[in-house]
Amino acid sequence: MRRVVPFVMVLVVGTILLYTVVNYLPPFGSFPQRKLGAFENQSVGQRILENAPRETGSANVVTSVVWDYRAYDTMGEATVLFTAVCGVLMLFLATRRQE
Amino acid sequence: MMAGMTTIVRTISRLLFPFMFLFGVYVLVHGHLTPGGGFQGGVIIAASVVMLWLAYGLEQSPIGFKLFRTEVLEAIGGLTLATVGLVGLVMGVGKFFGHVLPLGNLGSLFSGGDLPILNIGTSIKVAAGLILIFYAMLRKIAGEEL
Amino acid sequence: MSLNYIVAMLLIALGLYCLLLKRNLIKIVIGLGVMTDGIHLFLISMGYREGGIAAIVTGEMLENAAGFASAAVDPIPQALVLTSIVINICIVALALSMAIWVYHHYGTLDPSEIRRLRE
Repeated sequence: MRRVVPFVMVLVVGTILLYTVVNYLPPFGSFPQRKLGAFENQSVGQRILENAPRETGSANVVTSVVWDYRAYDTMGEATVLFTAVCGVLMLFLATRRQE
Repeated sequence: MMAGMTTIVRTISRLLFPFMFLFGVYVLVHGHLTPGGGFQGGVIIAASVVMLWLAYGLEQSPIGFKLFRTEVLEAIGGLTLATVGLVGLVMGVGKFFGHVLPLGNLGSLFSGGDLPILNIGTSIKVAAGLILIFYAMLRKIAGEEL
Repeated sequence: MSLNYIVAMLLIALGLYCLLLKRNLIKIVIGLGVMTDGIHLFLISMGYREGGIAAIVTGEMLENAAGFASAAVDPIPQALVLTSIVINICIVALALSMAIWVYHHYGTLDPSEIRRLRE
């Protein structure tokens, strides 16, 4: 009987998510025509698509976003990977101290 | 002592290892022309080494593995990223990760500024990191000391 | 009423169910992975253009810059999801390592048993 409350919570959250997705989102496949307040006619993705092959010189626009326009975030992600490897090695390969 | 698998699996994995390694290097180097890049190529390279460990057992695999050398490789890959960023700040343009190398023709292999150097640096880091994670977990499961 | 959004929300709800109501630490970690997959699918589906091509300049698009910019899909959610996948690897690796350590120390993988054994 104690497990009824989490189950009801999962059902409520699932219903709220499905209702929001069906009614309150812009239709599927309408990429640049979203009214975002100040950027009514252009979004950031459209501006990057127009300028990326000329400014960065690489044919892959996703790679140029990851390594040129947002290079600092990729360096932070490499640091997170390094921290995780340090954590796993510390859990398994630490030498035993003499008590 | 971790037991390996049968003779068929050992032969096939030993024959398949160079092609997997070459495919990982291909995905990595052509990161600015086709879908792929540093992280994807590094994961494929790590998967090819782990396949040999799973087929042969941890001690009798044909790859000579030393712990200290792999840790140094991972640190070198991580330092390459920071060094390229700082060189861009100091030398060429006045901002972090600025363009230093020349942009070539669109669509050829030698294009994109310092994108290929960054791709190679992160692939070394990701491959060494994943090999270390798998080595630590396999050594624990095979019954060695903690 | 498109299929992408509905399946993404169903995956998030299923992952939440596994995270809250299962009695095995490994199954809880699997629920975490399913929930992350649902979020990635939702993020990528937000940047789709009707009848669009992939965001890579190849073939006859090499000299047609304006035509490429009006026919390609959004590249920014794909870069976000690349970073998120790598961080998901780190989270699952650390969670499984801690689960192995807990099993070695307590002898069981049940969260309520572990909470009872700690006192």
